[in-house]
Amino acid sequence: MSEPHEGKPVLNVQGLELRYGRGCPFCVAATGPEAAANRCPHCGTIVACAEVDFSLYEEEVLGVVGESGSGKTTLLRCLNFDLAPTAGAAYLADFEGGQANIWDANPQRKRYIRNHLMGMVYQNPRDGLDLDVTAGGNIAERLIMANQRHVGHIRARSSYLLDRTEVPVDRMDEPPRTFSGGMQQRVQIAKALANGPRLLLLDEVTTGLDVSVQARVLDLLRSLQRELGISMIVVSHDLGVVRLLTHRTAVMKNGRIVETGLTDQILEDPQHPYTQLLVNSLL
Amino acid sequence: MHVQPLLDVRDLSKTFVLHGLGAKLITGCRNISFQVMPGTFLAITGVSGAGKSTVLKCIYRSYLPTDGQIIYRWGESETDIARLDDRGVLNLRRLDIGYVSQFLRVVPRVSALEVVGERLLVEGASLGDARREAGSLLARLKLPEELWDAFPANFSGGEKQRVNIARACLTKPRLLLVDEPTASLDPGTKRDVIELLRELKHEKVTIVATLHDREVVEQLADEEVQMSGGRVWSTAS
Repeated sequence: MSEPHEGKPVLNVQGLELRYGRGCPFCVAATGPEAAANRCPHCGTIVACAEVDFSLYEEEVLGVVGESGSGKTTLLRCLNFDLAPTAGAAYLADFEGGQANIWDANPQRKRYIRNHLMGMVYQNPRDGLDLDVTAGGNIAERLIMANQRHVGHIRARSSYLLDRTEVPVDRMDEPPRTFSGGMQQRVQIAKALANGPRLLLLDEVTTGLDVSVQARVLDLLRSLQRELGISMIVVSHDLGVVRLLTHRTAVMKNGRIVETGLTDQILEDPQHPYTQLLVNSLL
Repeated sequence: MHVQPLLDVRDLSKTFVLHGLGAKLITGCRNISFQVMPGTFLAITGVSGAGKSTVLKCIYRSYLPTDGQIIYRWGESETDIARLDDRGVLNLRRLDIGYVSQFLRVVPRVSALEVVGERLLVEGASLGDARREAGSLLARLKLPEELWDAFPANFSGGEKQRVNIARACLTKPRLLLVDEPTASLDPGTKRDVIELLRELKHEKVTIVATLHDREVVEQLADEEVQMSGGRVWSTAS
């Protein structure tokens, strides 16, 4: 018996764990969804996430859902090196042939991974952009970090990316502070895509946007994913966003993944009590 | 040569466990068995709540089957959809199995042409080609051309259903699962949908549909599985 088509994982995460505090041997066992707690009752350590394992495949979009404090943003920030995990390993197919743990890489190699191999889009444009530097300058910064030096090429690439993300190119030389929320988010997406990464990390990208703007950003992400053939991790507490964007979904609670499945199966036939509660709470 | 069934459902059962209600058990379907030969149309019939959609959703794997097998064959290979991992299911959906849900759910503010053409876009067709093919299918289903660039979220029930069917049929899947295709349609549109399904059958697409409209069953079905209370009540051809 064989699969009709074998895909390769782009990213493989094993045993990701992040604790805040001195830690004790009971931290992991005493926290999590069964205990309904993130704080270890023995030593007071906060376990933001633990025992997180998953794989992301070529051209696949994985949703990560869960309430505030479930660890979904922590997971993304660890992947982007914004946070350093206490334990665990992550392998990127594009880095050392998928043989080396990216969290063990030296700072220089980490910068390389961040600038070339993945792009991150934050919930708040302020975290991903310098709002007082021009839109074009924001993208240029990323290109320069990847050793692009030719001004003409940088300008051409920046205007291509802005056009592609539906930001009026004639506003390239204006700072994003003067842009609407939806437009700032699209500049962030353009910047994340600057160096052609195969993996895009998206943290609550449509939260806080008007519904009309939200629809446009969702449609943009879908067409970019399709045309560029990239993989994406979409963290959101909005199950509607996850339904429209993702193939598979992981559900997190108290720092653990409690259930993973096809997105339609998670929404129509959730297995874990917490997922059932989450889906049944949908308006 | 002996022709093997494309789909062989054996003792399929689905029980839902509702944790919020003290792990209450709800039976979706019980011990369902039937076979579907390549190029045929099988109708699953029965009153509302008989478990028809449950069976269909188990085959598409929107539901996780509790028990039994769903053997799917292509060429010399076969796989048990009931036990297939998520990646395998996604691949089957991409290449082989189409599904028409009872209700259309799409990204807001994406035109009907792009909704219908999406599968082609995923496979790498140009936007122009995808729109052209989508347009010719929508024309066949008599969706007024002025609606092609409009957003399906604002369409009437019948218009939405035509977009929904066109979307699943565009790439001619080997197996098409259809949940109540004519339920919300006026008689004229219903005739167009019946005609399209008949043409797909002629093009060797195997179809499994839940239906409660006798007229549609009689016009299209080669085989019929009648369900009642989550069980097969009778089979006829």
